[in-house]
Amino acid sequence: MAEKEKKEKIPRQPMPEQDPKVRSKNFDEVPFGYTPELAQREASRCLQCKKPKCIEGCPVGVKIPEFVNLITEGDFIGAAKKLKEDNSLPAVCGRVCPQEAQCESFCILGKKDEPVAVGRLERFAADYERAKGTVELPQLPPPTGKKVAVVGSGPAGLTLAGDLIKYGHQVTIFEALHKPGGVLVYGIPEFRLPKAIVDAEVDYLKRLGGEIKYDYVIGKVLTVDELFEMGYHAVFLGVGAGLPVFMNIPGENLCGIYSANEYLTRSNLMKAYLFPQYDTPIARGKNVAVIGGGNVAMDSARTALRLGADNVHIVYRRSKTELPARAEEAHHAEQEGVQFKFLTAPTRYIGNADGWVTGMECIEMELGEPDASGRRRPVPKEGSNFTLDVDLVVIAIGTGANPIITSTVPNLELNKWGYIVADPETGKTSREGVYAGGDIVTGSATVILAMGAGRNSSKAIHEYLMSKG
Amino acid sequence: MFKIVEKREMAGNTVCHFKIEAPLIAKKARPGQFVMLRANETGERIPLTMAGTDPAKGTIDIIFQVVGKTTALLRTLQKGDAILDIIGPLGKPTHVEKLGTVICVGGGTGIAVLYPITRALKEIGNHVISIVGARTKDLLIMEDEMKNVSDEFFITTDDGSYGRHGFVTDALKDLLDAKKDVKLVVGIGPVPMMKFVCKTTKPYGVKTMVSLNTIMVDATGMCGACRATVGGKTQFCCVDGPEFDGHEVDFDELMKRQAAYLKEERQSYDHFQKEQGR
Repeated sequence: MAEKEKKEKIPRQPMPEQDPKVRSKNFDEVPFGYTPELAQREASRCLQCKKPKCIEGCPVGVKIPEFVNLITEGDFIGAAKKLKEDNSLPAVCGRVCPQEAQCESFCILGKKDEPVAVGRLERFAADYERAKGTVELPQLPPPTGKKVAVVGSGPAGLTLAGDLIKYGHQVTIFEALHKPGGVLVYGIPEFRLPKAIVDAEVDYLKRLGGEIKYDYVIGKVLTVDELFEMGYHAVFLGVGAGLPVFMNIPGENLCGIYSANEYLTRSNLMKAYLFPQYDTPIARGKNVAVIGGGNVAMDSARTALRLGADNVHIVYRRSKTELPARAEEAHHAEQEGVQFKFLTAPTRYIGNADGWVTGMECIEMELGEPDASGRRRPVPKEGSNFTLDVDLVVIAIGTGANPIITSTVPNLELNKWGYIVADPETGKTSREGVYAGGDIVTGSATVILAMGAGRNSSKAIHEYLMSKG
Repeated sequence: MFKIVEKREMAGNTVCHFKIEAPLIAKKARPGQFVMLRANETGERIPLTMAGTDPAKGTIDIIFQVVGKTTALLRTLQKGDAILDIIGPLGKPTHVEKLGTVICVGGGTGIAVLYPITRALKEIGNHVISIVGARTKDLLIMEDEMKNVSDEFFITTDDGSYGRHGFVTDALKDLLDAKKDVKLVVGIGPVPMMKFVCKTTKPYGVKTMVSLNTIMVDATGMCGACRATVGGKTQFCCVDGPEFDGHEVDFDELMKRQAAYLKEERQSYDHFQKEQGR
């Protein structure tokens, strides 16, 4: 009892991070991560619950108390191995999962005090293992002779591929872009998720025996039916929700107005922030408006600052309470100098003779009754229009389903928004042998939910393949 | 990696033709479709329409003019060298049907894009009239190829050094005046040329297809860099196009969007030329 009281006295250990003034000018990762001492101190706060609730909050069911305990004991490599039993991308998840809404929200310590920093510990163990270069390969079962085609190398596809390889199946990932990772590489900036980490996780998959083919736009160069003809026994579609949504308001096609997908793809995937060492250019605005309030909006705003903007505004039509971004991301953005304009929406863009955006007319909002999503609906305030001077706008109001693949698979059932109809437990679609998971089923969600979907489908695909004899 | 199996310089060494090994793309590609190409690890992705394919040999043809860093870099590659990434076939294929008399109008390297479309229109049984134009004689490409797939064939040069003196639109107007039964005009070339082709055909009420060469990044519908206003609506050229009804296209907006990175493009080209000079 005495020991338990002592544990609760240890406060949650903060993670050292770059000074906001310095980091807003570079693309280096913001938090430095725990030192072994900090990690052990934080891990020692865990009460090692007999019936741990935290696991329930993790979409892939990581054995949290077990790996945390290994950190407490100083067996960091053991902790990383334990994590990898359930999570093939721990260095990614430890960084980008919204732990406050998942594992950490179930932590018993959080009732009175702050929860155990599960995400930071996960990140620590994975980083430690990678830095030591001791990532060992697990023993694989004998090959089953079954081949699976995975379309898309985002979090859902990578997780699924890792699982299927561990069941003994032969896996080929088909990726449309020239690099693996999906949103991990084109969407999430370097300062939140260094690309070297994504590469290392993909490298691990390749060492396990997985194959990745780049530049394959399935639906164009090969169809799903042709994949079956080529001898694949099952196909998993993890192609994400990569279609940008625009507002269709006047002036939206002026130069200097980007979808967040374009802006972030230029900066992250094409490394336009290193222009002209890299060939892809990117517009560097001085006065920037980012429309939207999710993580993608925060990533875009923080990217604009790093590309030299003087003023970056997040323009969001609801209030701070409804911000869909993680609290930590919004906080980081604010620390770095991003300015928030709540209850505001653009109505039209104004341009100069060269076709470049120079201004944005906005209208103020007030919150009305809750809408279908349960959030209070923003209602325009009559006559509250005002103009904001801007020379760069990034639209980050969400994404939809890209039809390139789904429109080329006959008899694949889609819902009215174009997402694939799939069993939430198994990812099974209306086509035999075709499974789907992640954002192409749910619409834009989180990395860890896509990984959870990949995990569920891997079990279902394994059972399907084995039942076919 | 995609191996260059043949290289040919054209038009006074300002235009370059590569035959590239890309069997899957060669098998799938249809007239009007394009590929995205990334030369090397630090490279950008650029769109190039295929001028032809050879499914049996597993090759595709691309023809490009040296206009900036990436095309200049590509031109330094030789037979046997490889291009890091080629993605395709992308975009919608040309809708080819038997209509009667069609006029195919090409300018500059647009002729390379026009060629497979012209051939397909001819093969399906149309009466094909082609007009190809260039600034001057030396810059005219694919004259023989175009001639071989045309029933009637006209050449114009801006300076009168070859064929008819004047613009393709002058020849086009005369043809439209002379023939009442033109069912379709296909115009492919620099944006100002396509704009004026559409202006020329509009009073005659002849349907006019153009192939828009917008800025592209991923070219799979993921980003909207290639958006253009067509019929008052925003369209993504990479997935909804690249071909559209020219009478519906907002060409002025298109030209402004194409010029968005002129400063950076120049900077990148200068940077490259300095490196090459060293």
